[in-house]
Amino acid sequence: MTMSALKQYLDLFDKHHDLIDANGAAPLNALRPAALQMLKDMKLPKVGADNYENCDLEEMFAPDYGLNIAKLDIDVNPQATFRCDVPMLSTSLFMLVNDTFAATAGAFESIPEGVEVGSLRKFATDHPGQIAEYYGKLADLKNPIVALNTLLAQDGFYLRVKKGVKVEKPIQLVNILENGMPLMAVRRLLIIVEEDAEATLLVCDHTQNPDLKFLSLETVEIHVGNNASFDYYNLEESTEKTSRASALYLCQDAGSHVSIDGLTLFNGTTRNEYYTSFNGEDAELHLYGMGIEDAHRKVSTYSRIDHSSPRCASNELFKFTLDDEAKGAFTGRIYVAPGAVKTEAYQSNRNLVGSNEAQMTSRPELEIYNDDVKCSHGTAIGQLNEMQMFYMRTRGLDEATARLLLKQAFMADIIDRIRVEALRDRLRLMTERRFAGESSACASCSRCGK
Amino acid sequence: MLKVKDLHAQINGKEILKGVNLEIRPGEVHAIMGPNGSGKSTLSMVLAGNPAYEVTEGSAEFNGKDLLAMPPEIRSHEGLFLGFQYPVEIPGVSMVNFMRAAVNAKREYFHEPPMSATDFLKMMREKRAVVELDNKLASRSVNEGFSGGEKKRNEIFQMAVLEPKLSILDETDSGLDVDALRVVAEGVNKLKSENNATIVITHYQRLLDYLKPEFIHVLYKGRIVKSGGPELALEIEKRGYDWIKEEVDNQ
Repeated sequence: MTMSALKQYLDLFDKHHDLIDANGAAPLNALRPAALQMLKDMKLPKVGADNYENCDLEEMFAPDYGLNIAKLDIDVNPQATFRCDVPMLSTSLFMLVNDTFAATAGAFESIPEGVEVGSLRKFATDHPGQIAEYYGKLADLKNPIVALNTLLAQDGFYLRVKKGVKVEKPIQLVNILENGMPLMAVRRLLIIVEEDAEATLLVCDHTQNPDLKFLSLETVEIHVGNNASFDYYNLEESTEKTSRASALYLCQDAGSHVSIDGLTLFNGTTRNEYYTSFNGEDAELHLYGMGIEDAHRKVSTYSRIDHSSPRCASNELFKFTLDDEAKGAFTGRIYVAPGAVKTEAYQSNRNLVGSNEAQMTSRPELEIYNDDVKCSHGTAIGQLNEMQMFYMRTRGLDEATARLLLKQAFMADIIDRIRVEALRDRLRLMTERRFAGESSACASCSRCGK
Repeated sequence: MLKVKDLHAQINGKEILKGVNLEIRPGEVHAIMGPNGSGKSTLSMVLAGNPAYEVTEGSAEFNGKDLLAMPPEIRSHEGLFLGFQYPVEIPGVSMVNFMRAAVNAKREYFHEPPMSATDFLKMMREKRAVVELDNKLASRSVNEGFSGGEKKRNEIFQMAVLEPKLSILDETDSGLDVDALRVVAEGVNKLKSENNATIVITHYQRLLDYLKPEFIHVLYKGRIVKSGGPELALEIEKRGYDWIKEEVDNQ
């Protein structure tokens, strides 16, 4: 019998839990025993098991990654070398270099009063009670990604927008993977948007070294208060050797508006999970995502939208293109509780498969326990429309150009819904370049050789 | 300009064209008429190069070149235009981007630099005027949400932009009211010159009243069974196709 990939992490924890705690913080350390217990009894789900289509956590966790639990300074200076692909968006630029928080010069200056932003570890050390109130409250330790993250997390990003504060400029967090050896980065994001507050957060995942294996193990918890508004964009631009296992948990109070966008432009092996719930009436969620997959890239998406409160609305749309030998999966579950009357829940998954070797699995799942709802779901896996292709060619566009325009058009409704104009324009261009076969990576990255 | 000889074509193993012969010279306007299912649209698709159709026999020469050997986009560059009976909607691709790509693809084919943004917009404005196409439509997705009339006008607008040598207009009159038909027909007439030619596929005399083709052909069971002058169209308008069918079927 092969040993579970979890064993190496349990052994590591067994040997070094003091060091892990010493470089953590009390509220983070407090949850490790429960996570440990969970992992000891856990078997990682098999590929294709319920909700794990085209997702092999065993394989993602198996490589012998280094972990920087001693929090040694890694000899990189991302602020000097890194230029973001989404420039001029915000001056509030923060970073997680692997799993350690860093702020760019002047990042805090444009943050208005009533906003707490920075290192999760620092806030958890300085204000343990405040962090303990929220940390680990949404994320479910039965989820292997969450359990392993909770066992090992020492730092991350913390954002709290206080009651009534409206942050106009988007805040940007850049997650960077950079090391001389294969590395696993354990990242934890805790976001609290209080009553009547408004904020936008853009999270960009980058890998600086394309030749090494990396694993980004992410858990994100988002609390959104009454009538608050929060837009969350996560753009992945990593490498073929990067694995990403991310679980996002969202809880919305009454009257709140939340938009979540998961945008996978470049990746290796990606697992994105979204768990959302409504804790009050008249709240609205938009959950969108796209993935451009070619070569041997993989993306597996799971979402569960929990409608337990009446009169809430959710709108879910995920789109993927798969070429070459890429693999993708979408499983989306919408649950409507017996009392959640006047629920509106719409789900759609659309996929373009461009080769015989590429694979896509789509599983829409609706569980509805009352009659007073408007719900729909639709899924489609298809190829480019031949009549559209022919029409374009009769106007003089060659096959490649026609295909490019149609693929861009396919992603247009995801891109057009992005509410940050600079990001929307930039992403349109990046998508165009991506489909045209160019690398849209930032100028500083070795991928484009500059 | 176009010489079609003994053209046979099939789709999904079913033979639709069974030996079409047709010759078109610069400056001419030809009308192809015929009962439903006789192969009119198939002929237009085959000439434009729809890969869903397979040519099994015969030849088509376009300005001295082997038309059937060219992919659809090269046929377009060489001056062939197909106005679709059912113009295709392409959500997410704006008319402007589509036309810019089309214009510059043709320029590239003839080793010319891409058109400047100013020149392009100026040209779009001029060509829109040919069919009184609303400026708003240019910023929308290709044919998406266009009315039947707008779609057909948009076809003639594209024809005006691409300046083809030979235009095949497949039932451009279908679904048009009297006013839209006039606008579309006048647009086609404005684009007519002694150097280009037009094939109109239609069921109705009213478009022919505007375009005044010198040559009328009747396609039946995949072959051109009768050709004549404008009087043939008038006779068909009066008597229908049954007399022609009888003639052919009794042969």
